[in-house]
Amino acid sequence: MSQPKPYRVSHLDALEAESIFVMREVMAEFERPVLLFSGGKDSIVMLRLAEKAFAPARIPFAVMHVDTGHNFPEVLDYRDSRVATLGLNLVVASVQEAIDAGLVRELPDGTRNRIQTPVLLAAVEKYRFDALFGGARRDEEKARAKERMFSFRDEFGQWDPKNQRPELWALYNGKHHPGESIRVFPLSNWTELDVWHYIAREKIPLPSIYYAHDREVVERDGMFYAVNEFIRLRDGETSQVRRVRYRTVGDASQTAAVLSDADTVETVIAEVAATRITERGATRGDDKVSEAAMEDRKREGYF
Amino acid sequence: MTQALLEAESAPAQRMDLLRFATAGSVDDGKSTLIGRLLYDTKSIFADQLDAVEAVSAARGDEYTNLALLTDGLRAEREQGITIDVAYRYFATPRRKFIIADTPGHIQYTRNMVTGASTADLALILVDARKGLVEQSRRHAFLTSLLRVPHLVLCVNKMDLVDWDKSVYDKIADEFTSFAAKLEITDLTIIPVSALNGDNIASRSENSPWYEGSSLLHHLEHVHIASDRNLVDVRFPVQYVIRPQSTTVTDYRGYAGQVASGVLKPGDEVMVLPSGLTSTIAGIDTADGPVAEAFPPMSVTVKLSDEIDISRGDLICRPNNAPAVAQDIEAMICWMDESAPLRVGAKYTIKHTTRTARTVIRGLQYRLDVNTLHRDDSAGDLKLNEIGRVKLRTTVPLLADEYRRNRTTGGFILIDEGTNRTVGAGMIIEAQ
Repeated sequence: MSQPKPYRVSHLDALEAESIFVMREVMAEFERPVLLFSGGKDSIVMLRLAEKAFAPARIPFAVMHVDTGHNFPEVLDYRDSRVATLGLNLVVASVQEAIDAGLVRELPDGTRNRIQTPVLLAAVEKYRFDALFGGARRDEEKARAKERMFSFRDEFGQWDPKNQRPELWALYNGKHHPGESIRVFPLSNWTELDVWHYIAREKIPLPSIYYAHDREVVERDGMFYAVNEFIRLRDGETSQVRRVRYRTVGDASQTAAVLSDADTVETVIAEVAATRITERGATRGDDKVSEAAMEDRKREGYF
Repeated sequence: MTQALLEAESAPAQRMDLLRFATAGSVDDGKSTLIGRLLYDTKSIFADQLDAVEAVSAARGDEYTNLALLTDGLRAEREQGITIDVAYRYFATPRRKFIIADTPGHIQYTRNMVTGASTADLALILVDARKGLVEQSRRHAFLTSLLRVPHLVLCVNKMDLVDWDKSVYDKIADEFTSFAAKLEITDLTIIPVSALNGDNIASRSENSPWYEGSSLLHHLEHVHIASDRNLVDVRFPVQYVIRPQSTTVTDYRGYAGQVASGVLKPGDEVMVLPSGLTSTIAGIDTADGPVAEAFPPMSVTVKLSDEIDISRGDLICRPNNAPAVAQDIEAMICWMDESAPLRVGAKYTIKHTTRTARTVIRGLQYRLDVNTLHRDDSAGDLKLNEIGRVKLRTTVPLLADEYRRNRTTGGFILIDEGTNRTVGAGMIIEAQ
């Protein structure tokens, strides 16, 4: 082993330092921040960064899960154990409860990605959260490529992509009037591969579904969906047991698995490095609706 | 796709560093093609992205796959065929991860380029070999120097359309070099390329045997950026005070922040501004344990050996090397708001490092024409995308350096007190 060069900073160190800086800015300038925690890998990395930003103190804000009711049990278990270990206050904004109370209506196709938005916004209003940490990355999707680190939302939670605040140096403008809020994206400059390299470096445990396992799946539009209580076989479809893993974790009725033998963090990194399909393109039915599906959801107040 | 790049992906991540660069130019210069080429040659465009772009190009009747659609993600951009906003793109090679701030050439060019350049280690400017330097090229070079981007690359593009004529390249290179000399540009590299054909992009081209420099990608991978950091002047703006309310950790008081410049070590004598009180660094903590030294851009927590009153917005430096503690500031300001111009006498919120205050515009000395560099000292205001030299007074002192010496402690933004919008970007010339 050669000696490290003096004052060397790897790209992961630089990304980590930037994310920690952003989280501390939020804690210093906002009254009621909350971290959106889905149990997906990006929010898990974000939670680790929050631990680091405020150590040796505890994470000084709550975490919120917008629960569509369509969950992978492994992910819910993971969520609950992380929350318990870190002594966090967990707020669950339940889509099912909102449906039961008549606040939102179930869509004809039964998917719940889009109806998460009013549930999220209602929780923001109820708890008066003024800053919401999200794990979105700019490399994920083209509408997100133009997202700010501090993204202003009006009193309706809306994003106006043509009217964003310029963001210079590391001087983030979090000013807002009561009722307005800021979405904060500390992982803006991370790529999927950066996230995996960081998970490897930090030895961060993940829900088991991120690694290869055998699962009963059905092939639909070229994607492999788990057959379970949310996705049932349609006429003419047959299921098969395949070795798969999840590249993203979203609503269980709309998130597909990818065929994979990668069962360790190292083999996942090799797989992600070699893949020719973006993670959302490979796994999300909801983004295939139209050219601007994500932009439209974001305008309404989506993550 | 070269073998080296393939190996890159599985190379230990620890060996890579990070380079941020801003690209400036318009579609006409082939900027989108160049970025598309860099992404394509480094395997950073995915098959489904390319499929989507091809489908949209075909539907619109484009004659070729329009790589601009890769970055133009918003509905309005696609409908109007223009780029509205700075887009961020990412790629990596074995040596480096790259963040591109892709700034549009036509719309809001100054605001967008200033934004993209503010965090850039390097600026990439394109010219069309057939047209030579145009007004826009000079403007981009000026903004690069104004924002103190340490490295500048000029790509003379479309060399295939001038038959790789060395004299065409030489003429543009000479002209640009002499223009850049007036601008305090410290590191300039000029590369003849054809973005469309990939000449001198990822590898050296056989079409330019007379060109002895490296390919663009090789240059981006090897340009020396470690020395760009200021490791001399210790500047540690305090972001947040960490005081755990816990039974297991008691009596802990640490000052969290990101090192703006200089190297901090336990045992160093330090001064805290604005109070001027001195103490010694008792330790430097991270969540992974204490460290022997902290340097930019590390985010750390500093403990001092004396109990002194320190809060967010204060700054830790060395007693013999301190920034100005100043309420009267002279700065170049780039105005970014379309709804109202900067006016003498107007008040704004100013955000400088971790300190937020109020400020009043005391005077506008001149407005600078970014194309001719002519100074108009009769100007009464600064409108959107205009740049001028301004005098301000702040309600509380800023802990400030000249921007040319320190991009972190020398830069600030102005915020409108009514709309909360970010309306101006400032670079400090003098603080007292």
